Amino acid sequence: MSIARVNRMTPYMFMAPAAVIMAIALIYPLGYMIWGSFRAWDPSQTIGEAEFVGLKNYVTLWNDPNFRESLGVTLKFAFFVVTFELIIGVGLALLLDRNIRGMSLLRTMFILPMMIAPVVVGLMWRYMYHPTVGTFNRTLESLGLPSVDWLGSHALMSVIIADIWQWTPFIFILSLAALQSLPRSALEAARIDGATAWQQIWYIKLPLMMPVLIVTGLLRLIDAFKVLEVILVMTEGGPGLSTEILALRISRTATEFRELGVAAAMSNYLLMLLLILTLGMFAFQRIQEARAARIRAAAEEDV
Amino acid sequence: MPTIHLNNLIKRYGEVQVLHGVELELADNEFTVLVGPSGCGKSTTLRMVAGLEDVTEGEIFVDGKPVSHLEPKDRDLAMVFQDYALYPHMNVAQNISFALRLARRPKAEIDAKVKDVAATVGLTEFLHRKPGALSGGQRQRVAMARALAKDSSLFLFDEPLSNLDAKLRGQMRAELALMSQRVQKSMIYVTHDQIEAMTLADRIVVMNGGYVQQQGSPEELFKRPVNKFVAGFLGSPPMNFLSGEIQDRSGEIYITGQGFDLLIEGEKAQAARSHSDRTVTLGVRPSDLRFDEAAPKNKALSLDVTVSEYVGAQSVLLCQCGAANVMVELASETPVALGQTLNFAVNQNGVHLFDHQKETAL
Ligand SMILES: Nc1ncnc2c1ncn2[C@@H]1O[C@H](COP(=O)(O)OP(=O)(O)OP(=O)(O)O)[C@@H](O)[C@H]1O
Ligand SMILES: [Mg+2]
Repeated sequence: MSIARVNRMTPYMFMAPAAVIMAIALIYPLGYMIWGSFRAWDPSQTIGEAEFVGLKNYVTLWNDPNFRESLGVTLKFAFFVVTFELIIGVGLALLLDRNIRGMSLLRTMFILPMMIAPVVVGLMWRYMYHPTVGTFNRTLESLGLPSVDWLGSHALMSVIIADIWQWTPFIFILSLAALQSLPRSALEAARIDGATAWQQIWYIKLPLMMPVLIVTGLLRLIDAFKVLEVILVMTEGGPGLSTEILALRISRTATEFRELGVAAAMSNYLLMLLLILTLGMFAFQRIQEARAARIRAAAEEDV
Repeated sequence: MPTIHLNNLIKRYGEVQVLHGVELELADNEFTVLVGPSGCGKSTTLRMVAGLEDVTEGEIFVDGKPVSHLEPKDRDLAMVFQDYALYPHMNVAQNISFALRLARRPKAEIDAKVKDVAATVGLTEFLHRKPGALSGGQRQRVAMARALAKDSSLFLFDEPLSNLDAKLRGQMRAELALMSQRVQKSMIYVTHDQIEAMTLADRIVVMNGGYVQQQGSPEELFKRPVNKFVAGFLGSPPMNFLSGEIQDRSGEIYITGQGFDLLIEGEKAQAARSHSDRTVTLGVRPSDLRFDEAAPKNKALSLDVTVSEYVGAQSVLLCQCGAANVMVELASETPVALGQTLNFAVNQNGVHLFDHQKETAL
């Protein structure tokens, strides 16, 4: 082997250990899951013993009204959660983006919910939602208002509220960071140009924050498709299937119904959905970069 | 067109006082330049006029009406920022028309105005570009165009040329001078570049450390600076200062110091004679020193040449007079060797005397 060839190989040799670990830690389980999704697979069997059934699991799921309902719940949950978190998080950031004494303490307090373990959040809210001794109904009662069946007929709304409580801070801190890195003088120019506070938000701040907001929103969306613990603790998916989001259904299919193949297929559906979202995010970034590059090229041309 | 009156304007940031009672009266259609070293409070003054900073004490009057409680948008002014402060997400046309669109002017009027202003500053081909795709000079023009489009009665500029390279700065300075003649509006222009100040201003206001040092026409300030700071700040290369002692030799006034003994004539001699303190600072601009071997000893400085800086037709000589440094301008073809001692005649009209302690002009 010539020296030049050895030199060319060097980077790959350094990368090899990482590549091996990647293959073992990432690709192998993923491949295992995809392979398993083509089989009628019971937890008592090894994957080799399980019968190969082709696309049967996928087809069954596609025609399964319960799966579809679960998918619907997931989509609904993700949509409402992300929408409200964006509105509230960005709103709070706009409100608290000023230098008043004690503001940094307030900001720190706002991000506390995010630091609490999901299981604890679930338990907390479950007790607060309790029909008779929970905080909410007791408060309503003391105000002379009728009590609400939080985790019963309004279960989906209730879990959505809990998630909003926990994850709005995420959007809040990222929007705040985006706001504080906006060019100060452009905002001053807008004030001189005659923009009111609302017009500054609408015409200057929001458009300039948009790239950050889009990425943040997508991150939250991807996360919302995978939430499990909070809902598991609060409602266990019930009543009926009203809060049974996909992640929960997958875990139950595997453990209660002992259908690993179906659970794997369901995971793959979820994975495909997330993949589409992630690719969307990548595409967005690529488009942005391409645009920036084009702009730069144009600028260099006529200097 | 407004007259603007800054009445004893004071600005404090917490404990720190940055402006100590600025008192200014600016006439109609005047091009006023605030000039001074970095950190002297020029931007702060301008931003208070704009309404971007609160007034701690004092008041700003526009046409006799106090305005310090008004929002920037209610003060009828336009501003060009040092970093241009363009809206990065809007194209050039949208940047220029933003104020008009907020004011809900009819679309036809806006379009006409944008076209008109863009033509004035030479941006017609770039109307659909975003600021990110423009060069520094072009961005500067957009900022200018945006200010022009507003049709305000007062224009504020905060070092609008300081981010440009020397050549472009010279070019933009000339264009700005032309523009200010054409639009005939009141303008306040902040810079730390004394050449910009001298070339553009109707009135220069020299500031230092939060105080106004002197204001007046460029010529006035150049010829009759009220103190050593103003004298040293305006003019390039800067004025030379030598400390010396006043001596009255049977009616003739001499300033004498290390390496020189200069006869003073005219009104300066009068001022020196009646001055109580004997020690003074003598100030002479480089341009008031003329190379002349034959000049009589008591009307000239003899200087040891240490460095010669060639700047084209003129050279600047760095010389020693006793322990003090003295700069001299000289036609480049004059044969000069380093280490030589040369004789320079002092222009009597160019002699400035300053109190040694208070640094005020005599
Ligand atoms: N927010 C602030 N808090 C405290 N001090 C400030 C603040 N803003 C400005 N200063 C101080 O006020 C003084 C004047 O600042 P200003 O920006 O007016 O200077 P300037 O004359 O414009 O200088 P330059 O030529 O460098 O722009 C400076 O000493 C600065 O440190
Ligand atoms: Mg400044």
